Amino acid sequence: MIVFEKPKSMTEAELHYCPGCTHGIIHRLVAEAIDALGIEGRAIGVAPVGCAVMAYNYFACDMVEAAHGRAPAVATGIKRSLPENVVFTYQGDGDLASIGMAETVHAATRNENITVIFVNNAIYGMTGGQMAPTSLPGQVTQTSPYGRDVKTAGYPVKVAELLSALDGPAYIARVAVNNVKNVRSAKKIIQQAFQNQIDGLGFSLVEVVSACPTNWGMTPQKALQWIDEKMIPYYPLGVYKDKRQEGEASDK
Amino acid sequence: MPKVTFETDRCKGCGLCVSACPKGILALDREHINKKGHNPAVVTDQAACIACAFCATMCPDMVITVEK
Amino acid sequence: MGKKVLMKGNEAIAEAAIRAGCRHYFGYPITPQTELAAYMAKRMPKIGGTFLQAESEIAAINMVYGVAATGRRVMTSSSSPGVSLKQEGISYIAGSDLPCLIVNVQRGGPGLGGIQPSQSDYFQATKGGGHGDYHLIVLAPSSVQEMADLTGLAFDLADKYLVPSMLLADGTIGQMMEPVELAEGREPVFTEKDWAVTGTKGARKHHIVNSLYLVPEELEAKNFERFARYAEIEKNEVRYESFMMEDAEYCVVAFGIAARISKNAVVAARKEGLKVGLIRPITLWPFPKQVLADAAKHVKGFLSVELSMGQMVEDVKLAIDCSRKVALCRRTGGMIMSPDEVLEQIRLLAGGDNA
Repeated sequence: MIVFEKPKSMTEAELHYCPGCTHGIIHRLVAEAIDALGIEGRAIGVAPVGCAVMAYNYFACDMVEAAHGRAPAVATGIKRSLPENVVFTYQGDGDLASIGMAETVHAATRNENITVIFVNNAIYGMTGGQMAPTSLPGQVTQTSPYGRDVKTAGYPVKVAELLSALDGPAYIARVAVNNVKNVRSAKKIIQQAFQNQIDGLGFSLVEVVSACPTNWGMTPQKALQWIDEKMIPYYPLGVYKDKRQEGEASDK
Repeated sequence: MPKVTFETDRCKGCGLCVSACPKGILALDREHINKKGHNPAVVTDQAACIACAFCATMCPDMVITVEK
Repeated sequence: MGKKVLMKGNEAIAEAAIRAGCRHYFGYPITPQTELAAYMAKRMPKIGGTFLQAESEIAAINMVYGVAATGRRVMTSSSSPGVSLKQEGISYIAGSDLPCLIVNVQRGGPGLGGIQPSQSDYFQATKGGGHGDYHLIVLAPSSVQEMADLTGLAFDLADKYLVPSMLLADGTIGQMMEPVELAEGREPVFTEKDWAVTGTKGARKHHIVNSLYLVPEELEAKNFERFARYAEIEKNEVRYESFMMEDAEYCVVAFGIAARISKNAVVAARKEGLKVGLIRPITLWPFPKQVLADAAKHVKGFLSVELSMGQMVEDVKLAIDCSRKVALCRRTGGMIMSPDEVLEQIRLLAGGDNA
């Protein structure tokens, strides 16, 4: 009896991510949700520009490659065209919280009925480790070589808190994938974010605190530890908004 | 009998499974290099496995299948 | 003969698009095209279509990209500064071989510019405003009737060749009201496409709509294949109007509103005994090179009449290999030349030879 195996809605393609990069875990959680809900045939994913730019090779459902930051807009177009399909975006922190901030905020405030998987690893990985909108104060990166100076580079963006202040979005949560307990909790919340779309509740975003061993300059194990020591204190985990709890009838 | 199998040539030797295993029965095989040029993870004592799947849960590359 | 209706150019585009089966519109307010968005806001909800005012022209073009990826007819409209914002999205749509319609009701530029009419986005439209090797099919209406007719044509050509189309209008025609006869409306018909993302339904391998090719051999092959399609378009889809060219010794070249002004000047010049005609490109890309090259065999000089500092004039010179004099009559910044100004330039062009 199989206890654990690779999800069906992942393709056979080998992931190009660095050793210990937790993008792979997040991909699996998304694929597990798609399998569990039996929606691979209905799902359409939108890949970002960033480390996950080739996600269209990894998910077995129909995929679209969006311009940097524009995935929520592309997903909006797809969802408006095909309301019966389950449309999701998979985006990094530069993609969603920097160049794509307007698309993110407006898709949320429209309560667009899509699911957004937002990977926050506090760095631009694909381009070799530059400061991201979620890089922590003092964090050393290629473009904050002396540590992020809040006086000149400002403060990190807390996306879950930011979006949950809006009336629009149905479901905003933040999870992490740096240990078994957190991964298992993330799995449930990611599946809920897809379930919400099926139920027509509207915009569901899951911010996933993730590791980047290569550009953090750490071993994979140290990176997961750093998430506990530095990332989670700045980005507390939890469900920040849930219209099901608030008893609001689905306004979709 | 719990059984853990690895797609050895897809393993990137990150070691996250090794540190996740509560029974400490996983290790990186320093004697071998896989197709990707990494030391792949292996089970050192299959009998002690409790099929908790912690290893597979933490594996970023879906290399591990766990059976009970 | 269908019923003629008095309509504003911008609204004629919107109604024609709906009748062409377009059920998805994403826009953003910008003078002088906003009536188009307002019209869609009224009509789309009543026919089960999508009207969405996006947060920016960038978001709007990416929403268009999303719908286009599902194989449905979709459009956006804007004016010059807004169309500049859309360029990256347009390059992605071209690079993913997706059909759609982009409408540019031009206004004076550069920068914030003005809100009066202009044709100074000619280069942006025909030479590719975004990055990379690509073309749009660019159609230039010069009447409210053509605003409607060319909208339908733009959708058909985009679908036929899997290339984004652009309607390059200007504020005059956009704001002008004229009687227009509209085509019979037809419900959108979705035909399965071997590239569209609609959900595998467990029945096929997944489709990927994408313009990323990290392997240079693949990207080059993609560009070669696309340009082979462009060559087909250049061979089959050139459209222009020829006016009084049979015995012409001089030829005015103008599109859109500038062509209407030039026609008056051509008629007036003929009365003065000047043998002048007009060639009006309807497709700005593919540009009507052949008819100009043929004209150059019996014409002594050309006059390009444009609402810009002179952009199409370069394509006229290229089309005739600079074999004849090509003069330029231009106004810019939202100013519009009068027929007399064009007539004066025709006299100069012709006079130059007789003096």
